[in-house]
Amino acid sequence: MPTATKTVAVTGNQAVAEALRQINPDVVPAYPITPSTDIVQRFSEFVNNGEVDTEMILVESEHSAMSAAIGASAAGGRVATATSSQGMALMWEMLFIASGYRLPIFMALVNRALSAPLNIHGDHSDGMGMRDSGWIQLWSENAQEAYDNMVMAPRIAEHMDVRLPIIVCLDGFIISHSIESMKYLPDEEVKKFVGEFAQLNPLLDTDNPKSIGALVLPDYYMEHKRAQHEAMLKVKKVVQDVSAEFAKLSGRKYEIFETYRLEDAEVVLVSLNSAAGTIKDEIDRYRDKGIKAGLLKPRLFRPFPYEEVGAALKNAKAVCVMDRADSFGGYGPMFMEIASALYPHKGPVLFNKIYGLGGRDLMPLDVDQVIDETVEVAKTGKVKMVKEYITVRN
Amino acid sequence: MSTTQEKPMTLKSLSHKKDLLTGGHRMCSGCGAPIVLRQVLLAVENPVVLTNATGCLEVSTCLFPFTAWRVPWMHSAFENSAATASGIETMYRALRKKGKIKKEMNFIAIGGDGGTYDIGFQSLSGAMERGHKMLYICYDNGAYMNTGIQRSSATPFGADTTTCPAGDVVPGKPQRRKDLTRIMAAHNVAYAAQASPHNWKDLITKVKKALAADGPSYMGIIAPCNRGWRCQTNDAIQLSKLAVDACFWPLYEVEGGKWTINYDPKDKKRPIKDWLKPQGRFKHLFAPGNEWMLEKFQQGVDADWESLKKLQEAFGR
Repeated sequence: MPTATKTVAVTGNQAVAEALRQINPDVVPAYPITPSTDIVQRFSEFVNNGEVDTEMILVESEHSAMSAAIGASAAGGRVATATSSQGMALMWEMLFIASGYRLPIFMALVNRALSAPLNIHGDHSDGMGMRDSGWIQLWSENAQEAYDNMVMAPRIAEHMDVRLPIIVCLDGFIISHSIESMKYLPDEEVKKFVGEFAQLNPLLDTDNPKSIGALVLPDYYMEHKRAQHEAMLKVKKVVQDVSAEFAKLSGRKYEIFETYRLEDAEVVLVSLNSAAGTIKDEIDRYRDKGIKAGLLKPRLFRPFPYEEVGAALKNAKAVCVMDRADSFGGYGPMFMEIASALYPHKGPVLFNKIYGLGGRDLMPLDVDQVIDETVEVAKTGKVKMVKEYITVRN
Repeated sequence: MSTTQEKPMTLKSLSHKKDLLTGGHRMCSGCGAPIVLRQVLLAVENPVVLTNATGCLEVSTCLFPFTAWRVPWMHSAFENSAATASGIETMYRALRKKGKIKKEMNFIAIGGDGGTYDIGFQSLSGAMERGHKMLYICYDNGAYMNTGIQRSSATPFGADTTTCPAGDVVPGKPQRRKDLTRIMAAHNVAYAAQASPHNWKDLITKVKKALAADGPSYMGIIAPCNRGWRCQTNDAIQLSKLAVDACFWPLYEVEGGKWTINYDPKDKKRPIKDWLKPQGRFKHLFAPGNEWMLEKFQQGVDADWESLKKLQEAFGR
């Protein structure tokens, strides 16, 4: 039976900050960066007004934010932070160490373009840039999903089958700064849901001293990495279980990816985060015209659920993968995953559009053009250009 | 707070203390760093947690699946020993506030001069400014010894390193070293000091003061490296003493803004060449035509020593 909830009109950042307040982590090391600054500011207010008993560390850089998070988590408690773009890039070295030490730190990533040129607006190059760092990635379409994912994040990261850091992505400005109507869970329900955390082998257990961070040479390095790989394999089930439990609490059901009118779809778009909202509207319009269009929106991007995504897409005729980031010299990062997922199947014709970099809008008419082209590709079986930038000057 | 009765510190009493950094580590024979660390740990009375920047000490004391540390110890990267320790210390305060931890504990971050003066400088500065109650120890051997003796900003003027080799055109490191202890004092830390392992009593007393201080503290400790300094494996203590006697590495402390020189050799002050001569990294300074380098080195040391004395005069007790 879903619990009583409160409907509010808030920004994405406000929703994430509220989730953090309700989780009440032991330590939050943070450094402000647009567009995630608001989360850090709001959380600082919670701290200074005594609404949480978290100790904040107002560090001098994101590198130190993640370093302090690593120290604090290993010391033996719950640790969260938030960042964007260049901040994520500066943390990059430490991200691999957080996952290599199996520390269940959780972090909001308010997605923003990477320099150069300098740009503060939303795209996915920061999240895609860190995708191989060993962190679990959950992506969120709107403020509600960002909030819900954040509440679920510690449960997934801290699960004894997992013990890995987790990141919750939401689109910079489009979601972080727009006011939406959404529902909060009551404080006590969140508290009960996330529960208490006990670190394994905490550093502060000085009666049982442990050394963390050994030099590991070729004789043992691979075993460490293999163990990390094995832990990642267990994430999917944990995400499904935690999401099912969360659905009972909230009435909101989340899968590892969302499908929209996909069942019988012949032309399919694949897209992450906020663009999915616009695409869903346009799919409805095309359905009204009798065109069998559908959407697949990944939620769990790391680990990527290849088998399930492959099975969901294999009966389509044409699939256009919409990437809000580029892998220069390669296809868009999500395109590569979808192509891998479909590799075992005879499957649909695939192509790739790069859109929305540096916060460029994706308008309904832009989506229509993509759907039109996908319809054409489904008909002819031919792709003019596998990877193409759209909504861009020539 | 010390939990034991204050007794006079003697070598005999210290010999009864358990070594918290055990033997069997892989540091080079005659290395100054483990001597320094063992002395530091002799000063510790409370349970202690250490962080260690990437470097010789780190790779040589904890090679999986072995460790030479008998206390909780953490390494995460090169430039962040201070930031990592700040996270641990903050978690300690968070858990203590909630009653999950009862006991008094100490936190010591360790780095070599590369991890402290250079790549870890920002992390150190930030942690000290934030006021974490922790001691940062820099064991200073004046170059990146772990990666094969490359220059750092702690490398003395003229030294021959693998990235500032004594060549025909450029005779070693052109720049003077950074004076980090004074920079840390300028952070208004609760306690800042320089020490040397040849004077164990001074070193251990300073660590005790640093750990008792109400706020962040910093100690720079000279730690000869016979590989990088091109000297003998039994030279570490002698060269530490010479560095102090030549006033290259003065023993002093800054406590709540008060500057105290702990040892003034006065008329026994040694010329810098006495310290330089046994070290192969300065061999070219003694070659004909390079007399100016010896002079310049001596002038730098003298100027620093005089300005330190002035600081003591102005801000001493």
